[in-house]
Amino acid sequence: MNIASIAAARTDDAIDRALRREKISIRNLSFHYASNRALNAISLPLYEHHVTAFIGPSGCGKSTLLRVLNRMYDLYPDQRAEGEVLVDGVDVLAPHQDVNLLRSRIGMVFQKPTPFPMSIYENIAFGARLYERLSAADLGMRVEQALRRAALWDEVKDKLATSGLSLSGGQQQRLCIARSIAVRPEVILLDEPCSALDPISTAKIEELIDELKEDYTIVIVTHNMQQAARVSDYTAFMYLGELVEFDATSRMFTSPGDKRTQDYITGRFG
Amino acid sequence: MTEHTAKAFDADLQELGRMVAEMGGLAEKQIADALDALARRDVHFAQRIIGEDARIDALQRAIEERGILTIARRQPMAVDLREIVAALRVANDLERIGDLAKNIGKRVVALEGEFDSQRLMRGLEHMTELVLAQIKDVLDAYARRDVARAMAVWRSDEDVDAVNNSLFRELLTYMLEDPRNITACIHLLFCAKNIERIGDHATNIAETVYYMVEGRMPPDERPKGDTTSYTPATVKT
Repeated sequence: MNIASIAAARTDDAIDRALRREKISIRNLSFHYASNRALNAISLPLYEHHVTAFIGPSGCGKSTLLRVLNRMYDLYPDQRAEGEVLVDGVDVLAPHQDVNLLRSRIGMVFQKPTPFPMSIYENIAFGARLYERLSAADLGMRVEQALRRAALWDEVKDKLATSGLSLSGGQQQRLCIARSIAVRPEVILLDEPCSALDPISTAKIEELIDELKEDYTIVIVTHNMQQAARVSDYTAFMYLGELVEFDATSRMFTSPGDKRTQDYITGRFG
Repeated sequence: MTEHTAKAFDADLQELGRMVAEMGGLAEKQIADALDALARRDVHFAQRIIGEDARIDALQRAIEERGILTIARRQPMAVDLREIVAALRVANDLERIGDLAKNIGKRVVALEGEFDSQRLMRGLEHMTELVLAQIKDVLDAYARRDVARAMAVWRSDEDVDAVNNSLFRELLTYMLEDPRNITACIHLLFCAKNIERIGDHATNIAETVYYMVEGRMPPDERPKGDTTSYTPATVKT
């Protein structure tokens, strides 16, 4: 950050611009599924302690982009990425990177809640135990903290030994968020976290996203434009594997610069 | 503009635009009629003008309801959102314009006495012509999303202010000449002020058109020519 530019900033927007820091820098990133190019030379900043939304029609590459950030694609042999994804200045696409360590720093929550078939407590403790050696007491604390942070503690504190699968869909999704928080990541990737949830659960997750951005850098993929407008600070609109426009959300949803963005967000597409 | 995938959304927006146009037409007619009633001192006509204002008010409420309903139902974004906000704002300005025309009607009813000045009436009529042209232009600009035309109206408000200033001086002279003229002159002064304020609403609408199309407010300060607040009244002792 630059003290002079903060002093010179006159609007909230300008102050925000002076204070923000790039947590992740995506540079000239292309991605292939076998011979299909799914992403074409994407360059994009993801700002620390901000929420960035990826929007775009199905097949535009937004979920692919999310999956590159923590190298989920490594699980599949004929998928490859070119370009750079710098996390705190270090390229995580480089071959020598420890993928497991990377995934502990960059957590992910999926569209459908994916609790493990074990107790609520174990769902959270499982991940924490993988990365750290914690005493039973510390582990218990960690589980409680994560559940509290995910706004689930009050609902489950009396039944931590019951199966994670016994929870409602919205609770399961918050359990998954708690699970990703428990390993103390720096970035949380959310892939349509609310598309299978009712409006009340959705509101709770959105409230949670608002709170979590104080500690984490958050990226959310969503089909729900209103959701992107509500929860994100920045929005990236993607189409056919290209980044069409990236800007402050307040601008993207009131006066976007590109006609394709305008057509998409106003429901005039195709 | 390309159509929405949901056609009913287009129909909602078109209907809003149509209602604003209808309201604009009514407001224009009210201004012209009010000045006609003033020129001819036609109290009956003036009373009819006062009654007509209810139609403009009703249209404003209808536009507001429909705009709010469309926001609730469609969650409009970007240009659609701006279009609805613009319709609400323009309707607001037109409602105020209607009130100002009605107020001229009321003054025609209240205006009594023999005071009659052709020169003064010509001044008021000239000012009204200018303002009516502004309203017409700005409503056209709104209907066609024509920013250049809206900005021409935005800048032309100075002319109206100039006429208003000279009318103000003239009325001042009449009042100084003969105190019996004061009541009538005050009424006429307010009529001129009303017309000048109608011009201000036209510039508001011009700003709204700019916002609707460009997504931001017009860049620089509008030129202002109304100096009546600073005109000294020199009273000889």
